[in-house]
Amino acid sequence: MLERSWPAEGATRVPYWVYQDEEIYREEQAKIFRGDTWSYLCLEAELPEPKSFITTFVGDMPVVVTRDPKGALHAWENRCAHRGALVCMQPRGAAERFTCIYHNWTYDHAGNLTSVAFRRGIAGKGGMPADARPESQAPKQLRVESVHGLVFGTLSKDVSSLEAYIGPEILPRMKRVLVKPLKVLGAYTQVLPNNWKLYMDNVKDTYHASLLHLFFTRFRINRLTQKGGVFVSPDGAHHCTYTEMVEDRGDAYEKDGMRSAGSQSFSLENPEVLDQVDELGDGVAIQILSLFPGFVLHQIRNSLAARQVVPKGIDRTELHWTLFGFADDDEAMTRRRLLQANLVGPAGYISMEDGAATGFVQRGIAGSPERASVIEMGGATIGSGDSRITETAVRGLWKAWRHHMQL
Amino acid sequence: MKSGTSPDFELQLAVEQLHARYAHALDAGRLEEWPEFFTEEGRYRIATAENEERGLPLPVLYAEGRAMLRDRVASLRHANIYEPQRYRHLASSFLVQRVDDRVVSSTSSFVVIRVMQDGATMVFASGRYLDRIVVADMKYEERVVVCDSRRFDTLLAIPL
Repeated sequence: MLERSWPAEGATRVPYWVYQDEEIYREEQAKIFRGDTWSYLCLEAELPEPKSFITTFVGDMPVVVTRDPKGALHAWENRCAHRGALVCMQPRGAAERFTCIYHNWTYDHAGNLTSVAFRRGIAGKGGMPADARPESQAPKQLRVESVHGLVFGTLSKDVSSLEAYIGPEILPRMKRVLVKPLKVLGAYTQVLPNNWKLYMDNVKDTYHASLLHLFFTRFRINRLTQKGGVFVSPDGAHHCTYTEMVEDRGDAYEKDGMRSAGSQSFSLENPEVLDQVDELGDGVAIQILSLFPGFVLHQIRNSLAARQVVPKGIDRTELHWTLFGFADDDEAMTRRRLLQANLVGPAGYISMEDGAATGFVQRGIAGSPERASVIEMGGATIGSGDSRITETAVRGLWKAWRHHMQL
Repeated sequence: MKSGTSPDFELQLAVEQLHARYAHALDAGRLEEWPEFFTEEGRYRIATAENEERGLPLPVLYAEGRAMLRDRVASLRHANIYEPQRYRHLASSFLVQRVDDRVVSSTSSFVVIRVMQDGATMVFASGRYLDRIVVADMKYEERVVVCDSRRFDTLLAIPL
């Protein structure tokens, strides 16, 4: 039996069993994803009209998100009260009502069971007893709130409002990006061969970005020597890091012989994929923001996207990317965003390596559940600062995780 | 009924030859040859069937012109980190249609099998190639790769 006690060093160690243990995975589903947290569901722009719907996930749990005929948003578990089948099979669309194909049980936009086929039988025969209560097993309904066009849901009755959950450190950094109505440019899924938390570790790791991603460093898109900073919420759960557009002309990477500095002969023939317009007017080149447990909002130059982290087992994670622009983008801005789409996603000049690196960790730790990651850059503190040569946001993730898991 | 030596028959063969040379170059890891299959302004785009059907423009990978294609190869060679891997392209069902004196269009099906260095083998992608080919030099003016699935395993480094 695995000893599930945290290493004595505390915040600076993360034991490898957290990425490997089936029981931990099951507990996370209950205590985190179905617990006192808010999960990203979709963009409001994906539910443009009354009666439209989209299917998504909260952890393992399949969820339907709808806009009812009056325009209000709802989210409910995509599970029929009767036998547990998926009620809604289509990924998105519009519907008057939702009918389970198995036995025709029907739900309204809020997920209320509105009819049970032949509930009273036919001609006095068959049907359910008068005191049957099939509604007792109805799909769970989520609280739904949205912030600047992003829709979140929670099963918790106790967790605070969405804006209070995100908190005053991080909320303004979301607002800074989501300044106008959004327009979806498209979506895809990247399947990662690793535990979901390795991806969140990676997103919150401001130390890796310019060391792993040569593309960042060689073209001075994001170097640790460039001006920037990191914000961490006091509970550690959420983070935001940014880099300013001002070009770094230093040679710290070259002097230290970093692989990511690359050879001087390597340059782009057509650097148009990097051309940024300062559309938000604050000179920020890159901002990566994460919300516990599994949401990422990115602004990489003029590429904007929501990334939803969907766990699919201890060593498999789906990353659902939705790239967007603003509803009033002109043709030139749309073209710019589509060219910069080359930076992100499974074929992204920058993003492709994150899938590789996190998979390498999952494979590397196979024989050492009792050993631990060393997360000591920047000491043992968890908090905001102006240096990104720190693992403060990673330590924050584990502070929040341990709080929810009571470990 | 046209004879076996009709221009259309020769065109069909020439287009199939182009597709075959393209596939063999990528499968043999000769990435530097890849941009040469395109015209100077040639466009290459990997899309998904889902986005195409929703009328959404998002590419998984997009290049306008040979310079951007060469940049992609340079980045794969010198910048990006990915495990050694090979593809095997299987292309079939070639439809070829003359658009005008200059250009033919082609639609074909493909499956790409990905083989990792330890031998792990999977069907990595399937879909359609939608091509516009300049007849005079038999190069792609446009090659759109519409993947049947929205899902990509780990990463897409080598072009499809």
